[in-house]
Amino acid sequence: MARIGVFVCQCGNNIEGTVDTKKVAEEAQKLPGVVYSRNYKFMCSSPGQEMLKEAIKKHRLDGVLVSACSPHMHEKTFRKASDAAGLNPFRCEMANIREQCSWVHHDRTKKTGTVKGNDLTRMAIERLKRNRPLKKINIPVTRRALVIGGGIAGIQAALDIAEGGREVILVEREPSIGGNMARLSETFPTMDCSQCILTPKMVEVELNEKIKLYAYSEVEKVDGYIGNFTVRIRRKAKYVDEDLCTGCGECIEKCPFKAGSEFELGLTSRKVIYTPFPQSVPNIPVIDAPNCPKFQKDKCGACAVVCGPKAIDFKQKDTVVEEKVGAVVVATGYQMMPNERFGEYGYGRFKDVISGMQFERLASSSGPTGGEIRRPSDGKVPETVVFIQCVGSRDEAKGVSYCSKVCCMYTAKHTMLFRHKVKSGQAYVFYMDIRAGGKRYEEFVRKAIEKDGAMYLRGRVSRVYEKDGKVVVCGADTLSNSQVEIEADMVVLATAVVSRKGSDGLARTIGIGSDRHGFYNEYHPKLKPVETVNAGIYLAGACMGPMDIPESVNMGSAAAGKVLGLFSSEEMAREPIVANVNERVCNACWDCVVACPYSAIERFTVKNGQGDVMGMHAKVNEGVCQGCGVCVAACRSKAIDLAGYTDEQVFAAINAF
Amino acid sequence: MSEHAQYEQTGAFEPKIMAFVCNWCTYAGADLAGTSRLEYRPNVRIIKLPCTGRIDPLFIIKAFENGADGVLVSGCHPGDCHYTTGNYHARRRWIAFKSLMEFTGIDMRRLHFSWVSASEAIKWVDLINGITEEVKILGPFVEYKGLKGEENG
Repeated sequence: MARIGVFVCQCGNNIEGTVDTKKVAEEAQKLPGVVYSRNYKFMCSSPGQEMLKEAIKKHRLDGVLVSACSPHMHEKTFRKASDAAGLNPFRCEMANIREQCSWVHHDRTKKTGTVKGNDLTRMAIERLKRNRPLKKINIPVTRRALVIGGGIAGIQAALDIAEGGREVILVEREPSIGGNMARLSETFPTMDCSQCILTPKMVEVELNEKIKLYAYSEVEKVDGYIGNFTVRIRRKAKYVDEDLCTGCGECIEKCPFKAGSEFELGLTSRKVIYTPFPQSVPNIPVIDAPNCPKFQKDKCGACAVVCGPKAIDFKQKDTVVEEKVGAVVVATGYQMMPNERFGEYGYGRFKDVISGMQFERLASSSGPTGGEIRRPSDGKVPETVVFIQCVGSRDEAKGVSYCSKVCCMYTAKHTMLFRHKVKSGQAYVFYMDIRAGGKRYEEFVRKAIEKDGAMYLRGRVSRVYEKDGKVVVCGADTLSNSQVEIEADMVVLATAVVSRKGSDGLARTIGIGSDRHGFYNEYHPKLKPVETVNAGIYLAGACMGPMDIPESVNMGSAAAGKVLGLFSSEEMAREPIVANVNERVCNACWDCVVACPYSAIERFTVKNGQGDVMGMHAKVNEGVCQGCGVCVAACRSKAIDLAGYTDEQVFAAINAF
Repeated sequence: MSEHAQYEQTGAFEPKIMAFVCNWCTYAGADLAGTSRLEYRPNVRIIKLPCTGRIDPLFIIKAFENGADGVLVSGCHPGDCHYTTGNYHARRRWIAFKSLMEFTGIDMRRLHFSWVSASEAIKWVDLINGITEEVKILGPFVEYKGLKGEENG
């Protein structure tokens, strides 16, 4: 027979006001298995907790029911007190007679509240009698992290984790880290040169002994669970031996063939053996095999001839490496919406209609024009430039309902850069609203308008067409209620920030969620902004949604903080509310495997000593299981149960109804 | 003597409603109704589960068998599940189970399925008041009473 102790809390007058706690305690005393029952003014107070501990010892209680507030409020308190008195914390339960009884039934005669209080207490006692003692589960933690994406968010996360003394594997898809930030000219609102603040950090990554950098590589698979992930990384063939290459650049110099530069967004070309930009980290070129005659027609091979250390290796193949890590930071960044979708603005048809990101390259001193603003069609310096904001953003018809957040600021920056470089130039900006919510952001926009003379027109553009070497922009100025027509030399579109192509595929690979726009979902939008539903996997930067540089850096550091917290000990303890399989009953239908949202159930093969297959059954990985119990309800043969919420417990509560 | 029996004797029928709710949304929503000091009908008894996906249709049958006059299943809104997809499983099961319940002769006005988030205290209050009223009009659920008696007797 069970030895249950029942403690009914008055909570001052909060419960006592509408529930006769003495009566509830007396009623509970009558139930079989209850050996001790009483009410008390404040169970959560120190004397209340002491009383609970003493009763456990004195009456040799093997279960404690606290009939008081919501378990969300004080379950931890009473489980801790029980633990301190030597009672397994999971043998302590609560009945919620405050939030769900005394506070919602205002009958001052206490009749209604007492009846309900009795019922709730009785149901909880029956459930408690069937609570099994549970132990917290300890899982070992591999104290090494994987960071996916070498943009500013990933770089920040990697550096911070390394600074915390832990090893980091940084995987970057492109031949160099740096991400989109490396493309930017100056950054708002301080007008720092982007590369000047970014490249030292990139070099730091390269020099840090704790960071292993896999550039030109992609994560193919992430298996395992928090503390224990196995990651498969494909290292794409560079056709250049990393160990031998000195980064002298002789091969690039001598290569006679060219292809469009991805980094320069098609504004210029690069060699077929290339590094994306001069400050690339690692500074090791790669060969663009589809465009290289050596690979297509077995001709040329000039790079191999000029290479001093003989680092060129045309026979190099992709290699796959496996790494064990305890945590993953996903920082895969964003891309700009493909401009081809804006026929009405003439992108792709008119050479002098360019994107904001292309303007960044024009304005950058390391860009194709050496920092001079020259229009793509004829290389002339434009006098009149029209900037169109919200190209795609906040436009449900284009599938982007959100605000891209950074465009208001970078367009203001563009108008300033343009004016600084072309003193006689005039910038026009078509905008919907100006969103400049950030430290010194509003002042920055005011400066663009007031000091650098940008003409802001509130309205949308209806049409863009070419006429006599000019690009004519027709639009509305809604503030003066008039139609405007501007003969511009160049048009810059502030296209929407969208999720990276293939982001949903990576989400599936690593088991995290993404929204309908392909941006990754954080666990909780306010209170868990860098965690994901998959424990041990964290997010940073614009892979979660449009974000500027300071925010991305914040997120990178926040994710690193979470990783270092996880790595603070060799083991981590977790709640033992997990599913378990009765192997003898399981008939291997795998309904549970299909139902599990966490892929926590594996198809386990039983073998005898000779290695013959004896049978199969489902097996729950306790490290991955989150304890939702979907598998339990899905199991046809009732072979799975959920610790803490067993069928037996639930039925007992229903029977006591 | 249960409240149910009491009211049956006095003639004024007060239905008993059993609610199976998830820990993260509806349970917290019902807590919020308390912290906001809202008032609703006292006829509901809550059983907390981690997720509506944990709910076995048998729970509902057992509840009716044990004297419930109405049953409510409530969890997080679609897309808001703490366990990503648990409530979708619950919804799918619900759709399949509903027709079975109808077939076995349970009036579907006694069985409700709802989404109540942790912030929807008012929705919870309206829901409980509504179901209580509806079931009150229907009268006690007596069809399964014999089952329980036979089992025990």
